[in-house]
Amino acid sequence: MSHTAAVFIQLGGVLLALSLLSRFAAAFRQSAIPFYMTLGLFVGIGGVIPLTESQEFFEIGSEIGVVLLLLMIGLEYSPKELLVSVIGNRRIGVLDALLNAVPGAVAGWLMGWGLVGSLILAGVTWVSSSGVIVRMLADLGRMANRETPTIISVLVLEDLAMAFYLPVLSAVAVGATIVEGAVSVGIAIGVVVIIIGGTYFYGRRFARLFSADNSEALVVGVAGMAILVAGIATQVNVSAAVGAFLVGIGLSGRVAASAERVLTPLRDFFAAIFFVYFGIQTNPADIPEVFLPSLALALVTMFTKFATGYIAARRVGIAVPGRWRAGLALTPRGEFSIIIASIAVGAGLNIAILPFAATYMMMTITMGPVVARVPDMEWFKTLVRARS
Amino acid sequence: MGVRVERTDLAGIGFRDDVITQDGARIGVLTYREGGREVAIFAEDDPDAIAARVTVTAAEADALSELLGQAKTLDFLNGVGGGVAGVYTEHLTLAADSRYIDHELGLTKARTKTGVSIVAIVRGTDVVPSPEPSEVLLSDDILVAVGTRKGLDALAVILSDSRA
Repeated sequence: MSHTAAVFIQLGGVLLALSLLSRFAAAFRQSAIPFYMTLGLFVGIGGVIPLTESQEFFEIGSEIGVVLLLLMIGLEYSPKELLVSVIGNRRIGVLDALLNAVPGAVAGWLMGWGLVGSLILAGVTWVSSSGVIVRMLADLGRMANRETPTIISVLVLEDLAMAFYLPVLSAVAVGATIVEGAVSVGIAIGVVVIIIGGTYFYGRRFARLFSADNSEALVVGVAGMAILVAGIATQVNVSAAVGAFLVGIGLSGRVAASAERVLTPLRDFFAAIFFVYFGIQTNPADIPEVFLPSLALALVTMFTKFATGYIAARRVGIAVPGRWRAGLALTPRGEFSIIIASIAVGAGLNIAILPFAATYMMMTITMGPVVARVPDMEWFKTLVRARS
Repeated sequence: MGVRVERTDLAGIGFRDDVITQDGARIGVLTYREGGREVAIFAEDDPDAIAARVTVTAAEADALSELLGQAKTLDFLNGVGGGVAGVYTEHLTLAADSRYIDHELGLTKARTKTGVSIVAIVRGTDVVPSPEPSEVLLSDDILVAVGTRKGLDALAVILSDSRA
């Protein structure tokens, strides 16, 4: 069989399987991400039918997936929204980071994964999945609820915090001495601040590069800009993901709205590749060993995330049932945890973080939406009412 | 008279405006950034959860606001321009000796000269919404005008022009 034929057959087969899995997940109102990753486990390293010829495509495709995922997250926000969120909710942002990143860091240290490993796990446990949570809130009909803005602002702050966390992680991951590391972290943070500030003032001019009415030029142009900036960002150790995120933030208004619409199918395609590839890289044989530690960490950090949401909702005067809803809704981790863990691979760290992060994420992303529904149940409402 | 309206932003999604009634009930209007809106009635036993929600199209929202608005034309007009910088609504009373009394509204040339729109005339307990230029002005009429600060000031001067 020719190389091209092998690549096409493998890729086509995987994509078809993904489509079936996605429909299956949708039927049960579940996120498709854990299903995609499980498929990756079957067809990857140590899997049942390892696909070798198409590896190269999956690898580059998965990196484009990260770029598009972050670009789309950035497109959702305008610099102004981010600024308002930061100013209004900075205390909650700090609390969220302390309660949820620290357990991850401690777990990394307990597992003996050193500074980089601890830093990676801190990020994995810190960030909730905005994709999963926003869709879940819409599904549960809670979009208009009064605790929902609190949930959203926690998610926004976490997304924004990634613009600072990822460059730090990239700089630390490439090694370097403390001084070198500090310098590149300083440069990275400086670049991020300058770009966010710049788009705040010059965003309109930037948007004029693209036309909202020509969808062909728009899809190619915005994706091209994100990939270009991601490349430059990688070169200066700011991380590709952050570069793409900043491009998304820089674009707002009509161009952003149109770009979001035309890029969604492209994002869905490459994001699926990204999640499969993460499964491909993970050796299923390594999972049993990390199963219990990651279960323990999942339970601890679901609790700390619940506490974050509960406290955040209480601060803005939400009553007890709403606090429970806010806390429990925030527990699923998702795309960011996987993006962060994939940086471990990029940095060539040969540690058990991959299976650990995969197991951890799958647990929170499946248990999270289940516990999030609990506050809607009658017995729970009666219980809360009886106690208050 | 002041109605409490609260706006809460949902970054990346849209915003929600709540009206809190005198009885303490809460009605929310959720406006999605991609268009589309939802009217939500909040639950009685849980102040933060919604008891019911209805998705309304733009046309339905218009119809609903018209229904609610008819009785409240004046209240609504009070709020017009509130959110737009530099645009004000003002009630201008026609002085007893104004030269425009018993003349058509069109004679004031309000729009041409000052750019101000007369959106209603309050006549005792009656309201004439969107008056035609042919509407005849009476003594003690109150003109509800929307315009810039400068335009409104100019119109006040024009209206006070006495008969002599």
